[in-house]
Amino acid sequence: MLMLKPISEPSTSHLPKGETIMNFFVKKVATATAILLSSTIISHAAQTDITIGMQLEPPNLDPTGGAAGAIDQVVYANIFEGLTRYQADGSIAPALAKSWDISDDGLSYTFHLHEGVKFHDGSSMDAEDVKFSLDRARAEDSTNAQKALFAGITSVDVIDATTVKITLSSPNGGFITNMAWGDAVIVAPESIGNAATNPIGTGPFVFSNWVQGDRIEISRNDNYWGNPVSLDSATFKFISDPTAAFAAMMAGDLDAFPGYPAPETLPQFAADPRFTVIGGNTEGETILSTNNKDEHFSKLKVRKALAHAINRQEIIDGAMFGYGKPIGTHFAPHHPDYIDLTGNSNYDPELSKKLLSEAGYPNGFETTLKLPPPSYARRGGEIIAAQLRAVGIKAEISNLEWADWLKQVFKGKDYGLTIVSHTEPMDIGIYARPTYYFQYDNPDFQQLMTDLTAESDPSSRSAMLKKAQRIISEDYVNGYLFQLARTSVINSKIKGMWENSPTQATDLTGVSWTD
Amino acid sequence: MLQFALTRFISLSLSLIAASVVIFAVIEIIPGDPASFMLGINAQPDTIAALREQLGLNGSLLSRYVNWVSGMLVGDFGISYTYKVPVSELILARVWISLPLAVYALAISTLIAFPVGLIAAAKRGKTIDITIMGTTQLGIAIPNFWFAMILVLIFAINLRWFSAGGFPGWEEGFLLSIKSLTLPAIALALPQASILARIMRSSILDTLDQDYVRTARAKGLSQRQAIWRHALKNALIPVLTIIGMQFSFLMAGAIIIENVFFLPGLGRLIFQGITQRDLIVVESVVMLLVFAVIIVTFIVDLTYAAVDPRLRQR
Amino acid sequence: MTNFPRTLIFGGILFSIFLLCALVSFVWTPADVEILHITARFKLPSAIHWFGTDHFGRDIFSMIMVGARTSIAVAVVAVGIGIALGVPLGLWAAANHGHWLDDLIMRGNDLVFAFPSLIIAILITAVFGPSAFNAIIAIGIFNIPVFARISRGGALSIWTLDYILSARVAGKRAFRISAEHILPNIANLLIVQGTIQFSLGILAEAALSYVGLGVQPPTPSWGRMLADSQTMISIAPHLALFPGFAIILTVLGLNLMGDGLRDILDPRIRRTQR
Repeated sequence: MLMLKPISEPSTSHLPKGETIMNFFVKKVATATAILLSSTIISHAAQTDITIGMQLEPPNLDPTGGAAGAIDQVVYANIFEGLTRYQADGSIAPALAKSWDISDDGLSYTFHLHEGVKFHDGSSMDAEDVKFSLDRARAEDSTNAQKALFAGITSVDVIDATTVKITLSSPNGGFITNMAWGDAVIVAPESIGNAATNPIGTGPFVFSNWVQGDRIEISRNDNYWGNPVSLDSATFKFISDPTAAFAAMMAGDLDAFPGYPAPETLPQFAADPRFTVIGGNTEGETILSTNNKDEHFSKLKVRKALAHAINRQEIIDGAMFGYGKPIGTHFAPHHPDYIDLTGNSNYDPELSKKLLSEAGYPNGFETTLKLPPPSYARRGGEIIAAQLRAVGIKAEISNLEWADWLKQVFKGKDYGLTIVSHTEPMDIGIYARPTYYFQYDNPDFQQLMTDLTAESDPSSRSAMLKKAQRIISEDYVNGYLFQLARTSVINSKIKGMWENSPTQATDLTGVSWTD
Repeated sequence: MLQFALTRFISLSLSLIAASVVIFAVIEIIPGDPASFMLGINAQPDTIAALREQLGLNGSLLSRYVNWVSGMLVGDFGISYTYKVPVSELILARVWISLPLAVYALAISTLIAFPVGLIAAAKRGKTIDITIMGTTQLGIAIPNFWFAMILVLIFAINLRWFSAGGFPGWEEGFLLSIKSLTLPAIALALPQASILARIMRSSILDTLDQDYVRTARAKGLSQRQAIWRHALKNALIPVLTIIGMQFSFLMAGAIIIENVFFLPGLGRLIFQGITQRDLIVVESVVMLLVFAVIIVTFIVDLTYAAVDPRLRQR
Repeated sequence: MTNFPRTLIFGGILFSIFLLCALVSFVWTPADVEILHITARFKLPSAIHWFGTDHFGRDIFSMIMVGARTSIAVAVVAVGIGIALGVPLGLWAAANHGHWLDDLIMRGNDLVFAFPSLIIAILITAVFGPSAFNAIIAIGIFNIPVFARISRGGALSIWTLDYILSARVAGKRAFRISAEHILPNIANLLIVQGTIQFSLGILAEAALSYVGLGVQPPTPSWGRMLADSQTMISIAPHLALFPGFAIILTVLGLNLMGDGLRDILDPRIRRTQR
């Protein structure tokens, strides 16, 4: 899933049906005044609640229906759970399934579920619900954004109340990981209809309130089947404006802001003992995507020239204020199989100009640079455009909203260059799709990816992944810029928040206050 | 009178119909498919097609227009593409922020503008008048979003008297909510107050020149008495008209202010509807705003015509 | 020789400063606004950088100069559109006063006025893509009814004059009357209104650029400079102050000029001794 987080506001009004507007308003004012007058004492005993800042508000709360990462930020691991789940370090752990057996041919997975698990509305969670969830996700008319995760499933069979057998059409080494994604959480047929506004899951927190445009509140699930959590309640406050985020954090309106949007203000927090700044990783490779079928960029020499015209550190400093690790290929540097290929595309504008001449463009050429909304793209784009201008490539900037970007760049492939962060973990496989938006078509690479999927031996996989990284680096398919950093500003008394972002989530299950 | 009202009503209806056609036409041209946007990059074509069907995006232009208009007439503004809830609910929730904000801003600006305009008129030509005129000139020239940024810098970040934005919700407390609307209202009120003060001043001056005021002065009333007893009432008429017009401008014009202070109001609803290609929301809210303006004009026209028969000739 | 009012002089000077900046920027600016110097960012005003540098190390003074070019160009063309299309419309309506054509044009005018202009402008630039050209169209559209109404109003009062009526009776066509007699006589009105619309155009361009829908990078624009500076306002306030002052002073200058011009050109107002 790309860094696709549309700015959005939630929906439902809290006007009870049948109320007249006037009555509602008058009643609210009366109660509010009463509360205001009576609540003069604010107690700060041992804290069991937390207020978390979030940049984007989810449009709804159903992680199986839409693409917004903001949905998972609220519900993943808190309200909804899947068969397996991501941990803070990126590894996969059992969740609703306590264990599983894989058949020798790799085609059958038998999951053994925990017993006595209940949904928040009291109904019990069993194998039927798993079958319902997976069948719903892979159905013809499913609107699940990650349908590909379920595509290989040929059947889901209920063996008994706590045993489910899933049969695949072909072996898939990543299947267990796939089931940990937010789009694969287990839901119940009785409550899925209203999940968008009243999510009912199996997690340690229950949805309690949503004030549109302002916040979502969740509270502890006392009937949780698993390990009890430390927090009694949590509030997610939506603040998209970086200045406002800074002000809110400084003023103490927020306790934590994972994925803090104003890197330029981080030094002020780092210097203040009340706060701790955590720098972590995401799975987001931020790349200068290049249309490999464009008249200029179809030539390898031109792509190589592009690579050498770019000064990664300038982009990291100028756009991300120093946060982010340079990458030389489409792979996360914190991953053990990563190889550092940044040398292939080191900053050398003279070489760049020479290559352009050799390719037949001694005076450079014009192209388009279409940028989606995130600041890494907008700011990074301005910097790259200036760097390209210095070698003669005139890139005309178009700042697009996501909807337009999707239409023009992603679907229409009508662009020369763009900048986007691919936040799915281990997604080097996208280079094996010739119709994917950068249109790289290399049969050798495609074969390599097919072999990789079928391969389960770790050392062979490792060698294949390294080979894959080399191929796309030496083919200069895209400009590999940096791995997106995840910086969080947190009250120093809080522990347990994820440093990294192996998947979209604000996992509160392990979070607590230290005093 | 009745005939006048009727003709104006027909005119109003025609305007509304024309407006709805224009709005619908403009919105339909917008590029960007709401379904792809909602599902994101990795969605398969069949998922997108399924969603388009669900959202009713595949009908003909004419049938969609007719559905939309007939729905609006009964208060059904359709279902938002992005949030899958009735647009009327979205609007209703947002109105409770935009309306109070507009009223608040209007209150601040009139509270400032009236006395200021009055003083300037009373002391015309003197230093205080010139100072006021100069200040109001400045006030008109200041972009309200810049002013908002400065307010946030001083009062929220530095002094910490106010939060930098956001809206806690009316349930959280009346005073608290009003507090969170204060900086935005001030930012909105500045140019309004400046304009109103100037209009107030020129309106009073105009009235003072009228014969009946001269008569009052000739009868022995002082300047101040003349102003208070006679001029003010009549001076207020054009001012009130302007206030009426400003109101709808405030509702729509707050679009940027609502972004700066991240208030979930109508302006932001439209803005995000545009960026998310939630066409239904954009169509309906714009239609609502246009409707409000046209209705207000209609009522004002009727009131004037009721009071002054000369105006019924048209 | 008439005594130029203070407002005209003062306003004229203010505006001329920015006009000068805009024109000079075509041939010279202290620094190149298209080259970034990340290492030299956030510098406070100094002898080298009169207004300091921004988050990319660009010289703010140079950006203000080029931004003046953007703002003035967009506003001028938008007003031009308003005059070019609005005035003929208004004159036509006046010439057909009482006829349904007049009614239709006025209804159309009112209709456009009923639309929330900023929202429509945002819609237009979102539909057709953000650019200076589309911003001009979006702002220009809302200038048309303003000039239509003003020219119609002015024309109507001239139509009632005796010599016009006699020309009509003598057979002169309405079109020629409008062109030869009406237009020159409403010119003053148009000039005054034009200055006002000009200043409104500058504010509108700033607002559109602020939300990202005006002229695109790397061309500087005051509104976009404000938007960019917002997150850094607590560490580098000068990034927000200078573009803000530029907008304020240019608009102020134009408004004062408008006031002054009105004092000279519009005899009716002068009579009431404002």
